[in-house]
Amino acid sequence: MAESVKLNLSFDTSKPEATRDGFGKGLVIEGKKNKDIIALDGDLANSTRSEWFGQEFPDRFFNVGIAEQNLVGMAAGLALAGKIPFACSFAGFLVNRGHDIIRISVAYSNANVKLIGTHGGIQIGEDGPSNQSMSDIASLRALPRMVIVNPCDALEAAKAVEAFVKTKGPMYMRLTRNKLPYFHKEDYKFQLGKADIIKEGKDATILATGALVAEAMKAAKELENEGISTRVINIHTIKPLDAEAVLQAARSTKVMITAEDHNVIGGLGGGVAEVIAQQQISIPFRIIGVKDSFAESATPDQLFEKYGLSYPHLVTAVKDLMKRK
Amino acid sequence: MKKIESIEELEGKARELRITTLKMIHAAGSGHPGGSLSAADLLTAIYYRFMRFKADQPNWPERDRLILSKGHCCPILYAILADQGYFEKEKLMTLRKMGSILQGHPDRNKTPGIEVSSGSLGQGLSVAAGMALAGKIDKKPYKTYCILGDGEFQEGSNYEALMAAAHFRIPNLVAILDYNQIQQCGMVKDIMHIDPVGEKVKAFGWKVYEIDGHDMGEIVMTLEKAQKDTQPVFIVAHTVKGKGVSFMELNKDFHGRAPSDAELHAALQELGTVTSTQHPAQGGVA
Ligand SMILES: Cc1ncc(C[n+]2csc(CCOP(=O)(O)OP(=O)(O)O)c2C)c(N)n1
Repeated sequence: MAESVKLNLSFDTSKPEATRDGFGKGLVIEGKKNKDIIALDGDLANSTRSEWFGQEFPDRFFNVGIAEQNLVGMAAGLALAGKIPFACSFAGFLVNRGHDIIRISVAYSNANVKLIGTHGGIQIGEDGPSNQSMSDIASLRALPRMVIVNPCDALEAAKAVEAFVKTKGPMYMRLTRNKLPYFHKEDYKFQLGKADIIKEGKDATILATGALVAEAMKAAKELENEGISTRVINIHTIKPLDAEAVLQAARSTKVMITAEDHNVIGGLGGGVAEVIAQQQISIPFRIIGVKDSFAESATPDQLFEKYGLSYPHLVTAVKDLMKRK
Repeated sequence: MKKIESIEELEGKARELRITTLKMIHAAGSGHPGGSLSAADLLTAIYYRFMRFKADQPNWPERDRLILSKGHCCPILYAILADQGYFEKEKLMTLRKMGSILQGHPDRNKTPGIEVSSGSLGQGLSVAAGMALAGKIDKKPYKTYCILGDGEFQEGSNYEALMAAAHFRIPNLVAILDYNQIQQCGMVKDIMHIDPVGEKVKAFGWKVYEIDGHDMGEIVMTLEKAQKDTQPVFIVAHTVKGKGVSFMELNKDFHGRAPSDAELHAALQELGTVTSTQHPAQGGVA
């Protein structure tokens, strides 16, 4: 296969890269080590990057066509027969069309299925709301046993693939189509369920996930310029949430916001709110996300600005909360 | 409502709509040209020869309905709706842009003439069956048309709708499969074949026609027959993805990407609108 020979499995951390690309490489790397890994796709293999695995291991790759229910169901069967299936599609189609199968054949059965949803969030832009996914985290978070990982850079995505292979049980990884800067180096030790502090700070905390980690880092820089020391925590694992890290941040900084490319209902913000409210912690707090509306077609940058996800919105939220302190 | 009777003029209209569609997708910088071009002749026949509607009254209760289940092919539908007067033609060049009424996939709350929002494949046939069922309950003679993709026809939900429409004897329902042979990742027959699709649908209890989906005479003749059928009707329209532009035909590369400036120019030359000196990007809406 000509293309697979060309596929470069290394990571150039100096250049932005989409997390789907990190996943694509990670799956090939893991596929070489473990023959039980199978990839399935629903006619989006070129977009999800599962195609790269297919080119390398044609016997272990199955494009089931545009049929997400069957995609998830067959993955469940493969898992229950001892394989490690990665079922790939766009987040919106995989999670929503596949949901009941995920609920019963995967989660309730505790099948070792790895769900890969690319094109998460409104960041995909021009295709519009039908292809944007902003409820996937909420709907899967409410499923018992489901682990949810939302990497912030391509390297983290590749490391998460390794963790997915090593850890048994139903897991979902949400990925971006758009390029994101790297926040990690090759020696990064990814730990499922463990929050990743990428910048220290003592006044404000931004708990960010996925594409919003990049916005959070830009916001932190601007806040520092204005004298507000800001901690940025990358919440790559949204479930199980690292409650200890959340509480520690809530106790040691003055204000806290969460940031995600997802509805403000039921995602990272919801999870964090559940933790701090039930520990009776009182802290100025805000959830940054899409405010319970369908977005629209436009460029990713325009959408991030209009729907309140670009870094100036994070800056404003933190400054606002600091005034209330 | 613009009506066209002659086959030749319908063909001319389809060519004009193809041109508009390519200019729109080019201006948007993204979109799905292949499946718009393959459906152009079918949609032209439906909208200019058969459908009854009032463009200035999109919710006229007696109107015939059309559901574009393969929502990613909306540019061709938008081109038709504008030409029919649902909204101004100038809007066409705002496709996929911030604030536009023309979303990347159909949005019934933003675009007059869109019956249901779509863009997640495999939902339209059920919705069409429901609309046609309402017509049956209300004893209204309106028709409901549904345009399906061949890749889309891999979704299991289609078969649930096939069963239900036959079971409830839903009349005035016409589904058309744009069998253009290509889906996103390649040939339908290689990825997940759907054949013998006509026989399968027939086994569900539908009246099935198999036609050349680019032969305007055959399209019109078949839709004529479908007006009188009392069973739900399924037309397997054999088409070519990217039809009308040689380098887009059966080329999966043009499933989901906009033509470059040069590609648009070459396409418009083939479709017969530009002289070689005119730059396509400067051209208005056909
Ligand atoms: C449920 C769902 N799964 C996947 C997609 C992504 N997708 C958009 S178009 C497409 C291929 C469609 O092929 P086909 O139905 O043959 O349409 P056409 O060739 O007419 O463009 C895919 C997989 C989607 N829109 N909806």
